[in-house]
Amino acid sequence: MSGIDVIPILRIGELLLVTIQVDMHDRMAMQLQEDLTDRIVETNAKGVLIDISALEVVDSFIGRMLANITSMSRILDAETVVVGMRPAVAITLVELGLELPGVRTALDVDRGIELLGGPALGRPKR
Amino acid sequence: MANSALLDVIEQHESEILDEWTALQQRSKSSATGMIGAEQRRRESADFLRHVVTGLQKDSGDGIEAPAWDSARDLLGDLSRSRARQGFTPSETAMFVLSLKQPLFDRLSSSLKDAPTLARELWDASRLLDGLGLYTTEVHQKGREDVIRRQQQELLELSTPVIRLWDGILAVPLIGTLDSARTQVVMESLLSQIVTTGASIAVIDITGVPTVDTLVAQHLLKTVSAARLMGADCIISGIRPQIAQTIVHLGVDLGDVTTKASLAEAFRHALAIKGLHVQADGRE
Repeated sequence: MSGIDVIPILRIGELLLVTIQVDMHDRMAMQLQEDLTDRIVETNAKGVLIDISALEVVDSFIGRMLANITSMSRILDAETVVVGMRPAVAITLVELGLELPGVRTALDVDRGIELLGGPALGRPKR
Repeated sequence: MANSALLDVIEQHESEILDEWTALQQRSKSSATGMIGAEQRRRESADFLRHVVTGLQKDSGDGIEAPAWDSARDLLGDLSRSRARQGFTPSETAMFVLSLKQPLFDRLSSSLKDAPTLARELWDASRLLDGLGLYTTEVHQKGREDVIRRQQQELLELSTPVIRLWDGILAVPLIGTLDSARTQVVMESLLSQIVTTGASIAVIDITGVPTVDTLVAQHLLKTVSAARLMGADCIISGIRPQIAQTIVHLGVDLGDVTTKASLAEAFRHALAIKGLHVQADGRE
């Protein structure tokens, strides 16, 4: 598997930040779900931020993946927030009837951290 | 060359035809006759007649769509557009061209003695003027349609303002019925304002929406969902008692959307979410 196929997962304190910057395909999505669940357990993370501000197209596949990741993280006791959705993407998703029920959202990473329990959680652990 | 007799007749009797034609137009009993002065009428008529001559000289018999008639069509187009704006009816505009028939036919029948030739020439002239007359009607109608389209666009833009109530609190006062096109505009302007102002709460006020049926409710919920995907909470306010009853009777499910009776209530609720409250300063 080449490097570009792996989506990096960054740790900020008790939070994990996933920035999706390229169009995803099945294998990448499966890999991300695997990596993320591993990392949540490994780091004992309390929250997951998925930044999709770089995505211009979000289809039903990505939508389902976001919902899956949210459910998986919740089972592992980590809250997920999807941040940075573009207006055009939001309108398209609503028109498609994909309203992502159960997925929490925020305008940007800052707001997402706030939503997940304030900057205290985002601060590095001492 | 087609219509050569017609061309001869116009060239020989141009000023007489013009006199009779303008007199005819002046006499016609239409409400709009007074809107154009006799001088302007004569100038326009003379211009048009000259362009008809030019057209006839270059005419190849392909009808008025041919390049030979470009200048005549342009003139007529400008004329009908300006008359459409002044409030002329389509038939009044078309009569400008069609009333030219009488003086032309008079001249043709006095100059051509041979019956079959006269009939053919009359037919050609009639076809030409009918074509030009229909063209004015078409342009006239198009002019009015343009006005309607522009007004629709302006109405759309006017009716969907997004207002900043407080830091992070937006309001969208909706006025008039919501259809798909308007929902689209409302959604786009609301979402782009959410991005620009970084707002986390949006109040959608439907005081000005006359009726809420299943379709309107669906459009409202779409807007709420789109705002939620961007991370903003929506409050629907301004729900009148009758509308509350209709919503329940129709079985519309507003889901977990917060609803308030008035914009004031919604604003108070929004401030409370942000941890703010309004207090009197005790000075009365």
